[in-house]
Amino acid sequence: MKQSLFTVAENRPLAKDVWQMTLRGDTSAITAPGQFINIKLAGHFLRRPISVCDWNDESVTIIYKVLGKGTDEMTRMTEGTVLDILTGLGNGFDTAKCGDKTLLIGGGVGVPPMYGTAKRLLSEGKHPIAVLGFNSKCDVFYEEEFRALGVETRVVTVDGSYGQKGFVSEALGEGYDYFCACGPVAMLKAVSDASTSDGLLSFEERMGCGFGACVGCTCKTKYGNKRICKDGPVLTKEEVVW
Amino acid sequence: MVNLKVNLAGIEIDNPVIPASGTFGYGQEFAQLYDINCLGTFSFKGTTRDPRYGNPTPRIAECPSGMLNAVGLQNPGVDKVISEELPALKKIFHKPVMANVSGFSIDDYAYTCEKLDKEEQVGWLEVNISCPNVHNGGMSFGVDPVAAAEVTRAVKSVTKKPVFMKLSPNVTDIAAIAVSCEEAGADGISLINTLLGMRIDLKRRAPILANKMGGMSGPAVFPVALRMVYQVYEAVKIPIIGMGGVSSAEDVIEMMLAGATAVEIGAGNLTEPYLCRDVIAALPAVCEKYGIDNLESIIGGAHHG
Repeated sequence: MKQSLFTVAENRPLAKDVWQMTLRGDTSAITAPGQFINIKLAGHFLRRPISVCDWNDESVTIIYKVLGKGTDEMTRMTEGTVLDILTGLGNGFDTAKCGDKTLLIGGGVGVPPMYGTAKRLLSEGKHPIAVLGFNSKCDVFYEEEFRALGVETRVVTVDGSYGQKGFVSEALGEGYDYFCACGPVAMLKAVSDASTSDGLLSFEERMGCGFGACVGCTCKTKYGNKRICKDGPVLTKEEVVW
Repeated sequence: MVNLKVNLAGIEIDNPVIPASGTFGYGQEFAQLYDINCLGTFSFKGTTRDPRYGNPTPRIAECPSGMLNAVGLQNPGVDKVISEELPALKKIFHKPVMANVSGFSIDDYAYTCEKLDKEEQVGWLEVNISCPNVHNGGMSFGVDPVAAAEVTRAVKSVTKKPVFMKLSPNVTDIAAIAVSCEEAGADGISLINTLLGMRIDLKRRAPILANKMGGMSGPAVFPVALRMVYQVYEAVKIPIIGMGGVSSAEDVIEMMLAGATAVEIGAGNLTEPYLCRDVIAALPAVCEKYGIDNLESIIGGAHHG
């Protein structure tokens, strides 16, 4: 974990209530896709934990949903705004576990960590397949970005207004040998039940600190209590207690 | 050269800054961030007789200038703390540690304290009779002077280490509880634990916390905590550890002027992981600014007759 100052380089809307922000700063603590950063916002006591979508040596890109006052204020941050951020939090997706044909399943703002995971898998010479789920056409984002990586990409909407109608758990198909998933817990459960392979699931929880100190985000697993922020957010399908 | 040392119930500590229980685990997470030997000491995670998972999630909510938690005393139980956490701590922390203990019966408190009394690295016992997040225990002892005295006596009979009773602010007269603990033999008083609070999710029209209510902490509670430290200082002669929303060297000095011998920092550690280290580093300059050359000499300095 590293605490440092980042500068907003870009901040723009992607879909309904969904924004993308690129932050320039020291990204050396980020080691795996699926990790998150914890952002201090003026006037709010707790930091805002947001998953990493993509990163390089100079900047990190996050995609965030406007859920409350804090994230609403983030939408008004202009280029040059300086933010105090903890980076390199959580375990992230261990791509060494992933097979050649790994399904990357993202639901809503569970999609962003799948993008960094796709890039990591491609760099390892693997051939991931993206399954991106949204409620409706107005919520869809990053389809083109996944395709631009050369990744086979399926889009699913709950109301059928775009792509295949239904839930991501109904669009897993066949021929995959592993999966990585991030999204609402009901989606993760449905994916876990429907999947025919082993896989990794990334969970969300209200956090106090984000680095394992307060045990505010504990869950039970087959191997004892785990902190979503420090021991997770990624757990194996096999260890999850639903 | 400012002298930051204070004597905490017979043990001299290098400075009065102590991370509060429940915000610092058993030290390991913060030891990865900085050398925790800079601390006066720290109060480890509230430990009970048996292992506890704690409450269901969500356990955390935010409020203006603070937060609510309803963790519910998650801990591995005293046996594992002794067999795993303390040996691991010994490698990274070379000072006496404060053992924070909670329970659900007077026997529980005595059992856990008796075990921790045998641990060399434990310098003090901080007995939490004020946890608002568990049922049939914790706070029920801390809101009744008679029950608070009974726990104090039970713990004192099984240990020779100094015992600090950690009090709840969710009472009408905290000084009366403190006096009751002092009369029962307590070596010191810690205050305040969290204030019972609540938040409701507008979309779900339901409490945010699965436990419905939780303990409020953070800068928002600082004036309440300060006032209670001031009141307790006037009522007892034993040392006080003041806590509640402390987040700067100035806050530490303010707490000490109100009557605290040492000061715990809790919620601040969670949002500013280097806070305790930074407060300690800032103390000498802030002391000089206010003409303090010996920090211990200012304890209770705001009480004038």
